[in-house]
Amino acid sequence: MGILDSKVPKGPLAEKWTNHKNSIDLVNPANKRNIDVIVVGTGLAGGSAAATLAELGYNVKTFCYQDSPRRAHSIAAQGGINASKNYQGDGDSDYRLFYDTIKGGDYRSREANVYRLAEVSTNIIDQCVAQGVPFAREYGGLLDNRSFGGVLVSRTFYAKGQTGQQLLLGAYAAMNRQIQRGKIRSFTRHEMLDLVLIDGKARGIIARNLVTGEIERHSAHAVVIASGGYGNLFFLSTYCMGANVMAAWRTHRRGAFFANPCFTQIHPTCIPVSGDHQSKLTLMSESLRNDGRIWVPKNLDDAKAIREGKLKPTELKEEDRDYYLERRYPAFGNLVPRDVASRAAKERCDAGYGVNKTGEAVYLDFSAAITRYGTEKAYTSGLKDPDADTVRRLGEEIIESKYGNLFQMYEKIVDQNPYKTPMMIYPAVHYTMGGLWVDYNLQTTIPGCYSVGESNFSDHGANRLGASALMQGLADGYFVLPYTIGDYLSNDIRTGKISTERAEFDEAEKAVKERLEKLMSGKGLHSVDYYHKKLGKIMWDKCGMSRNEKDLKQAISEISALRKDFWENVKVPGTANSKNQELEKAGRVADFLEIGELFAKDALERNESCGGHFREEYQTPEGEALRDDENYKYVAAWEYKGEPKDAKLHKEELAYEFIELKTRSYK
Amino acid sequence: MKIYLKIWRQKDATSKGQMVKYTMDGIEGDMSFLEMLDVLNEELISKGEEPVEFDHDCREGICGTCSLQINGRPHGPDTLITACQLHMRSFKDGDSITIEPFRAKAFPVIKDLIVDRSAFDRIQQAGGYISVNTSGNTVDANAIPIEKENADDSFYAATCIGCGACVAACKNASAMLFTSAKVSQFALLPQGRVEATDRVMNMVRQMDLEGFGNCTNTGACEVECPKGISLENIARMNREYLSASIKG
Ligand SMILES: Cc1cc2nc3c(=O)[nH]c(=O)nc-3n(C[C@H](O)[C@H](O)[C@H](O)COP(=O)(O)OP(=O)(O)OC[C@H]3O[C@@H](n4cnc5c(N)ncnc54)[C@H](O)[C@@H]3O)c2cc1C
Ligand code: SF4
Ligand code: FES
Repeated sequence: MGILDSKVPKGPLAEKWTNHKNSIDLVNPANKRNIDVIVVGTGLAGGSAAATLAELGYNVKTFCYQDSPRRAHSIAAQGGINASKNYQGDGDSDYRLFYDTIKGGDYRSREANVYRLAEVSTNIIDQCVAQGVPFAREYGGLLDNRSFGGVLVSRTFYAKGQTGQQLLLGAYAAMNRQIQRGKIRSFTRHEMLDLVLIDGKARGIIARNLVTGEIERHSAHAVVIASGGYGNLFFLSTYCMGANVMAAWRTHRRGAFFANPCFTQIHPTCIPVSGDHQSKLTLMSESLRNDGRIWVPKNLDDAKAIREGKLKPTELKEEDRDYYLERRYPAFGNLVPRDVASRAAKERCDAGYGVNKTGEAVYLDFSAAITRYGTEKAYTSGLKDPDADTVRRLGEEIIESKYGNLFQMYEKIVDQNPYKTPMMIYPAVHYTMGGLWVDYNLQTTIPGCYSVGESNFSDHGANRLGASALMQGLADGYFVLPYTIGDYLSNDIRTGKISTERAEFDEAEKAVKERLEKLMSGKGLHSVDYYHKKLGKIMWDKCGMSRNEKDLKQAISEISALRKDFWENVKVPGTANSKNQELEKAGRVADFLEIGELFAKDALERNESCGGHFREEYQTPEGEALRDDENYKYVAAWEYKGEPKDAKLHKEELAYEFIELKTRSYK
Repeated sequence: MKIYLKIWRQKDATSKGQMVKYTMDGIEGDMSFLEMLDVLNEELISKGEEPVEFDHDCREGICGTCSLQINGRPHGPDTLITACQLHMRSFKDGDSITIEPFRAKAFPVIKDLIVDRSAFDRIQQAGGYISVNTSGNTVDANAIPIEKENADDSFYAATCIGCGACVAACKNASAMLFTSAKVSQFALLPQGRVEATDRVMNMVRQMDLEGFGNCTNTGACEVECPKGISLENIARMNREYLSASIKG
């Protein structure tokens, strides 16, 4: 097991991080000026890491494929970010946040990492407020909080439904300050195509300038991968269109292990698929479940009538509605974690209770909240006997102030007014818990190559609770990596500039160019999207919300065949030495066609159900996930050996010293 | 639906561009505008032609990447939305639609419908930040209470997605609405006050250097802004600028 050394420091849980920081080697400020670091990705994780590394004195180069760092996918996060501030006095603490996160992840994450995450969470909020992030506030001028799935306290900080955008603008501003100082050089519209290793250490990248098509070499003493998640391999997902696995996958091919690829989060509240031409799915933030109640009709006849448009949801009497989450999980109700809520929705729809034309939608209903808020508002405004219309109007105003932009977004897409009729929602692919394997220092199995944010596997286990990805991205970037990377870089103070003329750069550049040529030289039968959609369908049908051995085996052979077909027959118009969006897509889909197979292989290997990974063979009589701690309490880390079918499994056993493993129950 | 398209095609920054006509059939109202372009591109690829390049990413109105001038208006006919949020149900069978890139001297065309908006980044780099160390040694967040009204106004200013529609809508190609939104966000918060003078002076200077035009108070920017950024921000920036100039 030697290769997978997690490097978790010894000692009591609550002191590990402090002790570790005190014992790692530091780099003298004067020496930092001679050290270069490359950060691939400018989302919350990469942006915050780049800003802090530059602040510390390192020379940083950042890369992103968008035209501006501010447009990284983190911008889309809606609901909020957790921190154990206990401002609400509802009993929150670092330990509770740690406990909820470990439990939410179905005990498949590393204890020490998660504790550290909880520990630095409060710092994140202080930092962001100091940077001018306009979080929601109460009338007294203090910060407001709300609640997310899987927890019983209000620890989520938010900026309406645009938390990710505001946090990212904070990190982007911090980056801008360093760009202005000359400490960061920002390469936008650049895509990393390969990692360059010298003497086994990460020493640079090969990138393509997406405007000119030029292939560039960039060297550094360390490379940080912050390229986000790979959920786009499902084609339809809540990810932005350009999200990809390329940087992480190229790193994997160069020797970094890829952990838990099959752990994918399916988010329960997305706008359902409407037609064949759909290109992406839109999330309706989970925070809506604070006020929205989820239901389907109790009777199959009613469900059918609704689907056929003969009955309106608002016409269905209270006693004819099945609030199935409240029924099945009385303690958490509509706020159960995402995997639980998603499976419950699928179960009802599979049983025939779905409410849209395709039968794949359930209701998220705000009428009770509108009445509740409206009544309260009427009372506090001195209206003791308000009529129903007044209550409704006042209630809608409150809902508007809390979730306005989400309601507007829904109306634009679905063409229905969600204040008047319940929203329709269905689960969709949303977040990948798997990613590059990293140790406690966030270093991959390649020395000098680090990974932060969604592109690494750490902290979330088999399922991610709401508002914890933003927390992890910023924790990694602002507060963890800048310390831990120093330990490694302290050995590099005498290395000096690394030349891009070295043979290793020649070799990597050559490989990249050959790959581009190969992509351009397919026989030209089908477009890139044709393959992407086919892959997505295999993934959703056979590796999606529930999996079984037969389907997974089939998926493996189908993906492998599709990959072969892709390389022979894909059609990429234009040239490689100019702006070419089809070529960009082709390169990304080529990698999806590899990770897709590894994904299925990983799911097949894991003979248990946990979090977002639900194997039909392993469930309780009530249909809940059945974990097997005895045999599967490990991180599955895959080593690249050529074709995905040859990938080699390494196991990092998870040791739980401080908490007891329990069956996850939200009843 | 049958739709007639006229689209600006331009090979690269230095080539001359031209409008090219395409006819599309079987367009459904539920498709987003960008999905309609996806369908067109699939057709072009299958015919062996080069697809139309346009910028887009989140496709849910938040990243600010999409930037189409549709029938002469940035982001198209509806108000308060981006091009990716526009749906084909806003058009009728037989409609003709003209699609062009955002036009402004400071936004040079890269290819087809894609323009270079990095000037916005440079304006931000000139001072759109609070100079706080990212070390995590800051005071407790609740040590700085902020009046809800100011916090909300600051938030509304901060909702600018940097799309550039305001510039494209303006007959002078002025970037005042964008820049003022950024200035306002910080002007309304206690944290950023110490460096407010430098901030507004530097950002305005950079805005001028980038070649954006002057603001003549026409208000077209506010009308086309997908996020409803209000002209009040321009007034606030002008006040900030004035007091900074007096001080400076
Ligand atoms: C709709 C939506 C809502 C969400 N809501 C929440 C929420 O409320 N709370 C929460 O905690 N989390 C939420 N999440 C999850 C969270 O937003 C993401 O997990 C997180 O922002 C990822 O951040 P990141 O920095 O790791 O990656 P990203 O923000 O995805 O950034 C990736 C970066 O890598 C760059 N990149 C990628 N590949 C390459 C390459 N090959 N070369 C160069 N650059 C590259 C990109 O340009 C980009 O800059 C939400 C996610 C979505 C989709
Ligand atoms: S002010 Fe409005 S139109 Fe201008 S960049 Fe910001 S969001 Fe776009
Ligand atoms: S694609 Fe992100 S705003 Fe339109």
